[in-house]
Amino acid sequence: MREITYTEAAREGLDEEMARDSSVFVVGEGIGKRGGNFNTTLGLFDKYGPQRLRDTPIAERGFIGMCTGAAMTGTRPVVDFMFFDFILDATGEMINQIAKMQYMSSGRLKMPIVLRGCVGVGGSSATHHSGNYYSFYSHVPGWRVVLPTTPRDAKGLLKSAIRSDDPVLFLEHKLLLNTRGEVPDPDVDELIPFGKASVRREGTDVTAVAFGMMVNRTLEAAETLAQDGIRVEVIDPRSVAPLDMETILESLAKTGRMVIVDEDYGPAGMGAEIAALVADRAFDELDAPVRRVNGVHTPIPYSPPLEAAVVPNRDTIIGAIRDLVAE
Amino acid sequence: MATVSGRPDVDVDLTHEQLREMYELMLLARALDERMWLLNRAGQAPFAVSGQGHEGAQAGAGFALDPSKDWLVPYYRDLTLALRFGTSPRDVMLHMLARAADPNSGGRQMPGHYSSKAHRILSGSSPIATQIPHATGIAFAAKARGEDTVVITGFGDGATSEGDFHEAMNFASIYKLGVIFLCENNGYAISVPQKKQMAVERVADYAKGYDMPGVTVDGLDAVEVYAVAKEAVDRARRGEGPTLIEAIVRRLTPHSSDDDDRTYRSAEELEDMHSSGPLRVTRNRLMEIGALSDDWEQETKERIKTLVNDATEHAEQSPLPDPGTLADHVYAKDGSRM
Repeated sequence: MREITYTEAAREGLDEEMARDSSVFVVGEGIGKRGGNFNTTLGLFDKYGPQRLRDTPIAERGFIGMCTGAAMTGTRPVVDFMFFDFILDATGEMINQIAKMQYMSSGRLKMPIVLRGCVGVGGSSATHHSGNYYSFYSHVPGWRVVLPTTPRDAKGLLKSAIRSDDPVLFLEHKLLLNTRGEVPDPDVDELIPFGKASVRREGTDVTAVAFGMMVNRTLEAAETLAQDGIRVEVIDPRSVAPLDMETILESLAKTGRMVIVDEDYGPAGMGAEIAALVADRAFDELDAPVRRVNGVHTPIPYSPPLEAAVVPNRDTIIGAIRDLVAE
Repeated sequence: MATVSGRPDVDVDLTHEQLREMYELMLLARALDERMWLLNRAGQAPFAVSGQGHEGAQAGAGFALDPSKDWLVPYYRDLTLALRFGTSPRDVMLHMLARAADPNSGGRQMPGHYSSKAHRILSGSSPIATQIPHATGIAFAAKARGEDTVVITGFGDGATSEGDFHEAMNFASIYKLGVIFLCENNGYAISVPQKKQMAVERVADYAKGYDMPGVTVDGLDAVEVYAVAKEAVDRARRGEGPTLIEAIVRRLTPHSSDDDDRTYRSAEELEDMHSSGPLRVTRNRLMEIGALSDDWEQETKERIKTLVNDATEHAEQSPLPDPGTLADHVYAKDGSRM
């Protein structure tokens, strides 16, 4: 299979959906001729023109509100907002309008809108370009929250997002954008469903559930631990809302031990949610307490040594798994 | 209501010495700004954001205010204004190199996000325009306390598309608050040109909608900006409300160190962009009225070079933040924690 980057794969998915359905359009700052701050739309302006690749003024609340109206009338907007932190300016619109519109209209109105942009810590991006916040939105009924980790998933999940009648937050970790991986040929119309986890490495001693960039860090840790005979099963949920608990519980039944590795904050986060569901549904399977490895509960600093101290790394993950195996 | 200032023979109440100070401030800001890019390109700082080309607008407006009692609510290009309000070159470099002693944020904020409580400079934000309602809020509180404090807030043309701009202007006008809304219009919201951002010809035209004075001024000429800003500040001080000043400036650099403006500005446009700038225009003005001499300029540039070198070396030798302080200031020290 050919190898392309995460960004190229997602762009190819967008391109295919725009070609397939003329109601799909993209709005954002610099997504026209410039091709997007992260090359998300590079080359598409020449193909689809300014009507479908609409450069906007800087007004997150404004353009998300505009696209909410457009989605209610049946078009399929893709809002490219660069960094999740910026879209927080539209939080009211996202929670009070987009998330509730189908419910408030008893399903008469659909809300086929995709909000896509970067999350994640890295590159000295500081307090306003590093946010994750996906667990926050997974708390809000109405949203689909998707977090692809591989190029193949980026493409297949974006295609599903654009075809979804529910609003989708499509979140791309900055440090994954230039990673490469196998992706089926352009003529393969592969749709990856929401709520279906991917087992990225099989193992029998510990189940590690990891999100976004932490999947890669956990795979590195698992590789090292394998040399000492500790076999870690690594699960990438791929979407946090809906969350595929079945795959997670199947793995736990095999291993009896679980760690959740999440760059996002611990309090009220995905790890807390999974641990609670495990306690509810699989308490007897546990041979040790469920452990969490999280980013530090602080805004993300600019300084490189401070930033490096915020996120879990290979060594902290290895340490946590060794402790868990010893329990 | 919007007017275009055209005062080639403007007569201002500044002495030659004050005019030289104003020009010196611009030279200092430019020298620091150029050093910031150098540090970024040399790999010593992950990020730089620039005010090059905006110095005239900021110096002119800054000299109309009283740093001993007025407030500055800046955006990330307002280095000249931050210096005018008391930020030192050493502060600027400690911030740029994200040192523990950075008085803005101790290395937590990106460069260009100037702030100092001691100097009445409010902390900046990366999301555009959020500072504009903050400025209005400060003026609101000042008025409630019966002070004649004036608040200046800087923002680009891009910020005028945000709802915050509208909301803040509306409040300020309704309550007759002492706010100077300084739009430093460089024609670009990162990469999106003005004609794709607004249907009006001039940002100052927006003032009509709020029944407040709106003036467009040549932002390359610090003296002309001073004259316009002085009128606005006097009016604000008298309790007669806000003014929207649109200073036409040039962004002489890409948006930031992570941007390449050649992807959206033609070679021709870039060449024309650099054919003039605030330093040249303001210098010519001061030369004409006899406030400047070549000798003074030479000595001043030497002095500034020494200051910038000192500030850089001081910051380079200053310790990085200790990761043990990572979670400091998430909560007030005696507050409760999760």
